[in-house]
Amino acid sequence: MSGANRIAGKGRLTPARTARFTFDGKSYTALQGDTVASALLANGVHLLGRSFKYHRPRGILSAGPEEPNALLDVSRDSARRQPNVRATVQEVFDGMKVESQNRWPSLAFDVGAVNDLMSPFFAAGFYYKTFMWPKKAWHGIYEPFIRRAAGLGVAPTEADPDHYASRYAHCDVLVVGAGVAGLAAALAAAEAGARVILVDEQPEVGGALHFDSGLTVNGQPGYDWAQATAARLAAMPNVQVLTRTTAFGYYNHNFVALAERVTDHIAQPDKKLPRERLWQVRAKRVVLATGAIERHMVFPKNDRPGIMLASAGRTFLNHFGVAVGAKVGVYTAHDSAYEAAFDLKRAGVAVAAIVDSRQNPGAEVLAEARRLGIEVLSGHSVINTAGRLRISSMTVARNGGGAAQKIVVDALLVSAGWTPSVHLFSQSRGKLSFEGEKQRFLPGTYAQDSLSVGACNGTDQLQAAIEEALAAGELMARATGAAGGNAVSLSGEAAFEWTGGMIGASEGAGPDTTVKAFIDFQHDVCAKDIRLAVREGMHSIEHIKRFTTNGMASDQGKLSNMHGLAIAAEALDRPIPQVGLTTFRQPYTPVTFGTIISHSRGSLFDPARKTPMHGWEEAHGAEFEDVGNWKRAWFYPKAGENMHEAVNRECRTVRTTAGLFDASTLGKIEVVGPDAATFLNLLYTNAWDTLKPGRCRYGIMTREDGYVYDDGVVGRLAEDRFHVTTTTGGAPRVLHHMEDYLQTEFPHLKVWLTSTTEQWAVIAVQGPKAREIIAPLVEGIDLSPDAFPHMSVAEGKICGVPTRLFRVSFTGELGFEVNVPADYGQAVWEAIWAQAEPLGSCAYGTETMHVLRAEKGYIIVGQDTDGTVTPDDAGVAWAVSKKKADFVGIRGLKRPDLMREGRKQLVGLLTKDPSVVLEEGAQIVADPNQPKPMTMLGHVTSSYWSENCGRSIAFALVAGGRARVGQTLYIPMPDRTIAAEVTDTVFFDKEGARING
Amino acid sequence: MADLTQAVRRAPLTGLHGGSSTVRLTPAAPASHISLRAGPDAVFALSGALGLDLPTRPKGSASANGRTAIWLGPDEWLVIDENGADLVAIAGSSGALHAATDVSHRNTAIIVAGPGAASAINAGCPQDLSLAVFPVGAGSRTILGKAEIVLLRLAEDTFRVECWRSFSTYVFGMLTEGAEDASA
Repeated sequence: MSGANRIAGKGRLTPARTARFTFDGKSYTALQGDTVASALLANGVHLLGRSFKYHRPRGILSAGPEEPNALLDVSRDSARRQPNVRATVQEVFDGMKVESQNRWPSLAFDVGAVNDLMSPFFAAGFYYKTFMWPKKAWHGIYEPFIRRAAGLGVAPTEADPDHYASRYAHCDVLVVGAGVAGLAAALAAAEAGARVILVDEQPEVGGALHFDSGLTVNGQPGYDWAQATAARLAAMPNVQVLTRTTAFGYYNHNFVALAERVTDHIAQPDKKLPRERLWQVRAKRVVLATGAIERHMVFPKNDRPGIMLASAGRTFLNHFGVAVGAKVGVYTAHDSAYEAAFDLKRAGVAVAAIVDSRQNPGAEVLAEARRLGIEVLSGHSVINTAGRLRISSMTVARNGGGAAQKIVVDALLVSAGWTPSVHLFSQSRGKLSFEGEKQRFLPGTYAQDSLSVGACNGTDQLQAAIEEALAAGELMARATGAAGGNAVSLSGEAAFEWTGGMIGASEGAGPDTTVKAFIDFQHDVCAKDIRLAVREGMHSIEHIKRFTTNGMASDQGKLSNMHGLAIAAEALDRPIPQVGLTTFRQPYTPVTFGTIISHSRGSLFDPARKTPMHGWEEAHGAEFEDVGNWKRAWFYPKAGENMHEAVNRECRTVRTTAGLFDASTLGKIEVVGPDAATFLNLLYTNAWDTLKPGRCRYGIMTREDGYVYDDGVVGRLAEDRFHVTTTTGGAPRVLHHMEDYLQTEFPHLKVWLTSTTEQWAVIAVQGPKAREIIAPLVEGIDLSPDAFPHMSVAEGKICGVPTRLFRVSFTGELGFEVNVPADYGQAVWEAIWAQAEPLGSCAYGTETMHVLRAEKGYIIVGQDTDGTVTPDDAGVAWAVSKKKADFVGIRGLKRPDLMREGRKQLVGLLTKDPSVVLEEGAQIVADPNQPKPMTMLGHVTSSYWSENCGRSIAFALVAGGRARVGQTLYIPMPDRTIAAEVTDTVFFDKEGARING
Repeated sequence: MADLTQAVRRAPLTGLHGGSSTVRLTPAAPASHISLRAGPDAVFALSGALGLDLPTRPKGSASANGRTAIWLGPDEWLVIDENGADLVAIAGSSGALHAATDVSHRNTAIIVAGPGAASAINAGCPQDLSLAVFPVGAGSRTILGKAEIVLLRLAEDTFRVECWRSFSTYVFGMLTEGAEDASA
């Protein structure tokens, strides 16, 4: 038996197909297709959780995604656990484990419920006022305490073992919502020949047809018609129907994000299936058929378990076959709730009374109630309820005073009417307009190519909604060029036309400031809190929202926003449109991080770029460091060596014999065309027209403001072809910078740029034996010092494959950079290594590269410069042409501030104690004993232990630095103050003889 | 001179293969590639030299005898020759003003084939790959997840995905996950 409250013959689930699950450790039987909510109600369980602030007992309020109350912790196993799952959305699968939240020690007896008694201290906005003193206690005591106390679910701690997928999709017409209107629109668009995607968040299409048993379409019961129509649509080649799929975000240019829940309802999902799939849909046209959400009545103690929306009561009865009570009351201001009473009565459930706050209910429903023998108390209100963990009675009084009567009930269905779901329309930046007569916001001015149809557009009458939807579907299809000719006609009939509806507090919630008449169940916001906010001076709905937190819970106020607005408008004595509506934001309902992240996890989090020699480096024990997305060999520790020892050995070896270094990540740009030299003249501070083919030059690039942007060696291969190198990290932005100037400032130049970073593997061979190492492998290039001096480039062959061989050095040693097409990189590296290793050479990594270049005073842009450093500041003013009439940055460099005395300049620092290595980033002062805050002269940019110098070395940017050479400055550290002498930046081989070896 | 052995070419995805029941992923054989840049007045002469009509409209491509040119921009094409021809020299023989830069080793390619191919690519590529919008022969520089790719539709259910070599394992990984989901 799947629950005592299941009514035989009612509902659409199959009695034989059961599933077992546990709730707070107790085992229950459900039917397949049940939600957790319907299954628990079938078993008579109404108490599902404790409220956020007051820990009041809470049950199930709705039967859909708008649920603010029934939030549970649902798990498949220990790693697959999710908090704050809406019981009204989660389908039961066999073996699922469900736990209530926000209670201790148990759901029925919760110590936190003391908050309910203490509630005068927790008035709206209490955290802005109550805990302000002493100020220091906020971070240490109050905030952590409030956060712990206020939490609902508990976040899982284990890694998520599921995987998630993503898919981009395009269509002519995207239809959101598969109720009557959405199905009609999709059908019309599909029959016109458009590519259609139809999405609905529920497991089956139908929308309101889940509960509304009084509707027929083309003479067929509405729900059956919906299923048949969905099947017909799904069979069409131009249509995709996605159920369990929520359109949660509507972005620019009809870009709509969908979250499809693929396996959360399956007991044993195929491991290949993603748990959820993110669809990013670009639709030419969008039809919104998102329906309407029923509002609850705002009256005293309206939050007891057993009090729920009338439509929810009908859904549980008509779809799930579950009676929500044995003696059910109805409290309404709208005709629709009467039909709940009718359905229950016809199913054999006792209906205690329909309490209608209106004096004049709709005549048709009133007549039917009388015919069925249901007592109707019109012009009455519910002024109180009783029952500790579930409602046991309601107290009813005639409006305007009079004797109160207590009516025993075990469930109370409520309805204040229907709020059109304009969330997605509003997300699309459409402007809402207020319909005064029915007190609701409806789509007004559209910002994108979309149309709203049916209940979300305020079209309440069934046939009108159908016709509106059919017309919209066809119109949208035609607008995309669809030319199919199959017109669709549908006729719908509803049992009753509905009237009525109210927003705001009902009688009994009154102006009283102590009565708890809830408007936002999840955040425990009452009517009185809105009034308090107004009294406290909040006049904008945005301020009222933040002061009370109304609508700020995970349900985003789907039920509470209109009530809050109406109460605020009344308190402010202003019309509702003048008080305004808060902004609807994505996502419509919560979306898991897994879905948003999708494939971008683990090795696909970010591309890990590896050079052609990576495999060799790995095999030879390299440690790697991340440089941008690149994995670069950092150092090559031998057995027993730590990083320091390995780097010292590599530094010594390069200067005594030679070393191999993988420089493949250097950015490379091929600049080709008759105006190539002219273009480079404009982009770099140096002169390029004087560079002969076969020669290289170190270039500095400044931005328009005169600050150093990038640097690198440029080789001229031919009159019209340059091989430009950039820093590793600068490669993409330098190319963009060049392309930007070429297209916008110098479009007349005949020159083209191509990134060749990845075309070439680069093997730097550096050290006194470098020539000896590569010479046996090179063909067609005379490597002798006279024929191929420092700063030369030549094309020839190495190991039988083409090479661009550069004679350049970033170590100050005799050096070559062997460029070969990347697929040959590892083979050529291995061949060079076979020559180098017997001579006692080593492979070295980026750390050694950094040390060696610092020993020689070579800067690294981005480390020794920071975007506020000019070429002169960096000590490379020699690279700025004095003769050129123009280059990017020439005017910037003439700004007074860039030419003034006392700017920070790059200098060397030698600590008085040679064994002390400064910290990079450390601040520098002239007088360590001056009072704080000290005057800081600059900071350390590079600092290393130099094995070759036998001491520490450092660079620093220091105000007026070059004039301070010889002075002692101080670097205050937390534990000591370090003295250092200002020097020039070359620490090794000051005369620079070695490079010409 | 030492005993020289010819350096061996090692393509980045050598030996990899993958896919699912509806998608097959195969590294493409090495081919020669150039980035070809030229103004509109050079198109005729370059077309003659290359033996195909350089496309001049977005998403256009042209193929002849194992050689394909894909339109990437108003003055930019990716030219691929599966027979390894010296495309720089061939373009140079046109006599027209242009820039041809060899990118044969910068680029590598993956062939994505099977009924789920478009879905697999759409796991990370935002383009509309329906046949009406992206027909056989369509080509485009676009993205796949966080990587830039050049996509070429070789047949209704076969695509060539070109990417830079250091992104190729990422691209292959994305396509593998896309292929798996396409068959789910």
